[in-house]
Amino acid sequence: MSLLNLPLFYVLAGIFLWLVALRIAADRAHPKRWGAGLFWALLGTVFLTGDRLPPVLVGYGVLALTVLAATGQVKASRAGGSSPAVRRAEADRLQNRIFWPAILIPATAVACTLGLSRVHFGGWRLVAPENLTVTGVGLGAVVATAAAWRLTRARPLTPVAEGGRLLQSIGWALVLPQMLAALGVIFAHAGVGAVVAGLVADTLPAQFPFVAVLAYCAGMALFTMCLGNAFAAFPVITLGIGLPFVVQAHHGNPAIMAAIGMLSGYCGTLMTPMAANFNVVPAMLLELKDKNAVIKAQIPIGLAVLTANILLMYFTVYRIG
Amino acid sequence: MIKLIGIAVVALGFALRLNTLLVVMAAGICTGLAAGVPLDDLMADFGRAFVENRYVTLPVVLMLPVIGLLEEHGLRERAETLVRRVKAATPGRVLLVYTAIRQISISLGVNIGGHPAMVRPLVAPMAEAAARSLWEGAALPAEAAAQTTGHSASDANSAASALQNNPAALRAEAGPLPDAAVQTVRAHAAAAENVGNFFGEDTVFAVSAVLLIHGVLEAQGVKTSVWELSFWGIPTALIAFGCMAWRALRLDGRLRHHAVREQSKEDAAP
Repeated sequence: MSLLNLPLFYVLAGIFLWLVALRIAADRAHPKRWGAGLFWALLGTVFLTGDRLPPVLVGYGVLALTVLAATGQVKASRAGGSSPAVRRAEADRLQNRIFWPAILIPATAVACTLGLSRVHFGGWRLVAPENLTVTGVGLGAVVATAAAWRLTRARPLTPVAEGGRLLQSIGWALVLPQMLAALGVIFAHAGVGAVVAGLVADTLPAQFPFVAVLAYCAGMALFTMCLGNAFAAFPVITLGIGLPFVVQAHHGNPAIMAAIGMLSGYCGTLMTPMAANFNVVPAMLLELKDKNAVIKAQIPIGLAVLTANILLMYFTVYRIG
Repeated sequence: MIKLIGIAVVALGFALRLNTLLVVMAAGICTGLAAGVPLDDLMADFGRAFVENRYVTLPVVLMLPVIGLLEEHGLRERAETLVRRVKAATPGRVLLVYTAIRQISISLGVNIGGHPAMVRPLVAPMAEAAARSLWEGAALPAEAAAQTTGHSASDANSAASALQNNPAALRAEAGPLPDAAVQTVRAHAAAAENVGNFFGEDTVFAVSAVLLIHGVLEAQGVKTSVWELSFWGIPTALIAFGCMAWRALRLDGRLRHHAVREQSKEDAAP
């Protein structure tokens, strides 16, 4: 048993989402108060009670989220934050003290990973050992919110109001990473990866060592772009292309192949909207007009690193035993 | 082959710029139905995976209240002020330093950073402030040069000394940083976070990615050591940092070039 665990933070997030939903529903000036309110309330419910609801009900709930998003219901409220002049005055008043809560976020997360995770009283642990990183970040956020609250002497519901403003600027893109993870599960159940690996294996002249390396690295990048997740692409492409061709047919070093292969997958992650939590959500969070702007900035890096990986693997994998 | 319909739906949906949630849902439903899964089972799969993956969304949601609150009280403005005082700061250098910190810390197993906690409140505003300094600074020599060619030497001298005495006047003339440049700098800030995060992770200390690789290979009877796997992550980590450096310096160069061109255009107009 543990005191601080993931379910506790799910409940906190659920309460926050519900409070935002209620504020939207109560806001007569909001362009879509009922639709947007319903969207965040449904998501809040998934966070509060998701694991106790029947999965099929959650599934249709997700379908409802999709319909609300696709019909343009998830609009942001018109009320803006405070003016630049007010913010500048606050910056001058608080000086560098404003950074303390922001620094507390990573500091708490690190303390949680390194120290707090070892604290236990008999069978009771302070922090749950599984999902330590996410729990640490969650704890960091809560500690920092408390510190910021004290520092700014804000009213009790101000963090909800300001957080709600940011939440609405992200909008429906917030749930995209979860949706894509679900799509990955469906793809895996249906055996999509095996079909892709089979296609590549059948069509490529893999008798050449360089072609084997090229097919494996490019296959990792491309399949990661389709799935949005290198971890999901890795087993499929490694078992379908990497092991049979690079290792078994041409006697390549499996450690070099796998290490550089995974990093080739990451090059794919840089170049796809399917990796929504890295590419699309940040674009919304930074209020970029083009939601593919982050991907466009990353494509040259992705292609350059991928090319370097292919050459690096070709020149090492067959030579170093 | 029919199982690949999901990938086709995704490609088509993105090409037609349909709502991404709708595209993803449709791709899942098409793939599942093509594989012969009944709709209710499919929805249950979707629901189960959606609930299990709540941890992906959790850090963003929990971070929003504190970041929103700090922003309202001038966090970004303060970060900008500090960067403005550092003469050597350019957007490219700010982002490169951040990528370096991110790569080194994550390779030691310390996960600081993230788009909501670091990039939006601190890294992006700092890079933007450095871009403003660069924009105004780059306009200065152009102004002085235009003065020297257009008028006599004494005029140029007096103009230059006037500028030195009143830099604020020049700033007003240089004009604000264009919105397109702000957008580019912000997009590169997100890229700096991703590059640092992805390509630091697999080096030095064993983390989830290395353990996943190890597990997948071991299940196939292929023995590898965790140390060997993390060692072969190092060359790519260095290459990725080099690529980020190239992009960051190019960002500075283009911004400087843009500023000088904009300034000379304004001079030629009247």
